[in-house]
Amino acid sequence: MRDRLNTGFAEMFKNGVIMDVTNPEQAAIAESAGACAVMALERVPSDIRAAGGVARMSDPGMIKAIMASVTIPVMAKSRIGHLAEARILESLGVDFIDESEVLTPADDEAHVDKHGFSVPFVCGARDLGEALRRVAEGAAMIRTKGEAGTGNVVEAVRHLKTVNRQILELSGLDEAGLSKKAVEYRVPVELLRDVRDRGRLPVVTFVAGGIATPADAALMMMLGAEGVFVGSGIFKSQNPARTAKAIVEAVIHWKDPARLAALSEGLGEPMRGLEIGTLETAMAARGV
Amino acid sequence: MRIGVLALQGAVQEHERALRRLGAEVVQVRLPVDLDGVSGLVLPGGESTVMARYLDEYGLGRAIRDRAAAGMALFGVCAGAILLCEEVDGRPGALGLLPAKATRNAYGRQLASFEETIDSPVGRFAGLFIRAPRLEALGATETLARRATERGGEAVLLRYGGVLAASFHPELSGDDRLHEYFLRLAAA
Repeated sequence: MRDRLNTGFAEMFKNGVIMDVTNPEQAAIAESAGACAVMALERVPSDIRAAGGVARMSDPGMIKAIMASVTIPVMAKSRIGHLAEARILESLGVDFIDESEVLTPADDEAHVDKHGFSVPFVCGARDLGEALRRVAEGAAMIRTKGEAGTGNVVEAVRHLKTVNRQILELSGLDEAGLSKKAVEYRVPVELLRDVRDRGRLPVVTFVAGGIATPADAALMMMLGAEGVFVGSGIFKSQNPARTAKAIVEAVIHWKDPARLAALSEGLGEPMRGLEIGTLETAMAARGV
Repeated sequence: MRIGVLALQGAVQEHERALRRLGAEVVQVRLPVDLDGVSGLVLPGGESTVMARYLDEYGLGRAIRDRAAAGMALFGVCAGAILLCEEVDGRPGALGLLPAKATRNAYGRQLASFEETIDSPVGRFAGLFIRAPRLEALGATETLARRATERGGEAVLLRYGGVLAASFHPELSGDDRLHEYFLRLAAA
């Protein structure tokens, strides 16, 4: 059983920033700014959005080049339910697989059964039921879905607050209430009991999807996130190295507004954001 | 007794919980001022590159070395142990407070992480090794525990005066005996 090693590994990312990178040069910038891991992918979400078409797992050669260029952990994305892409990424030896709605889903009914893998998985969620279905399938870490590639934090805020509120709602439930919820959420009742008793998810919970500035990262930490994924927000900004470092420091000093002000100063243009209402594709609606 | 946990990145909260269960007052340490009145400091697991960079940038490295010289105890776990070592991958380490060599990610990536029982000074202990470093004692550093299964037995728990370093993760095992051992060092 590798469960304890994999959920324990996720604990090591906490209070940190995981950055999307598309080549070894960006990976080196991320590492030197203080990223606790990088996500290797061919195109950042905002470019995936702009390009349209089917988004798939990245070229293994590109993932291997990034793995060879940094000493921090390297994650890579597979399509939802794409067992073969997941097996390929595992065989490359990536440290974590993100079964991600940012890519076009391969299966609109089921996610990968992650229990059969040695490599850990992180999955997206919009609410507690979704998060716990992924945990029941074997996910070692959860992140909010947010709305990737938009530079708009509103969906990530909604998803994290929803998970938090639904965890709080469990606290008043007796066994009968828990059983009812278990049916509604389609998860084992033991898992719900565990969440009620702990008052939090049983795995590390990060936020993702729309985080673009140091203030966005600090906001998510204030709302109870354990760490932050930043996708397009760094390498679509005017000054990636400074933005990367400022977001890392914002996660360290999220309780200190004066420091956040200093970190936010003179960063130049952040990535250009999108209104959620104008989107052609709601990535967050993929895979439930 | 007040114990600090370095909170630049990593598994900070697990150490806080263990230390609180043992009755310590716990503070998170991000800046030199946070070290005031602290008798011991835990350096948690996480990414050593992140912690090393901001230790240096915030002047924490110097503050920690000064406090250690004045008797503050230190407990480094995994990445935290790497920060303590004099030599890391053939180069000078971030704090250099433990005469020892560390090799980062010596066992490989996450797929090579493993669980193994350790015979430690506090008894048999569940050792979770996660992208673990390999540690080797130098000079007067004592090796308190070794891997049983490997010929020659690699060091997994080192001590040099009030400095303790583990290449595995006691904070993930739900077993507080090594934290208790550290609190005794901090009280001495």
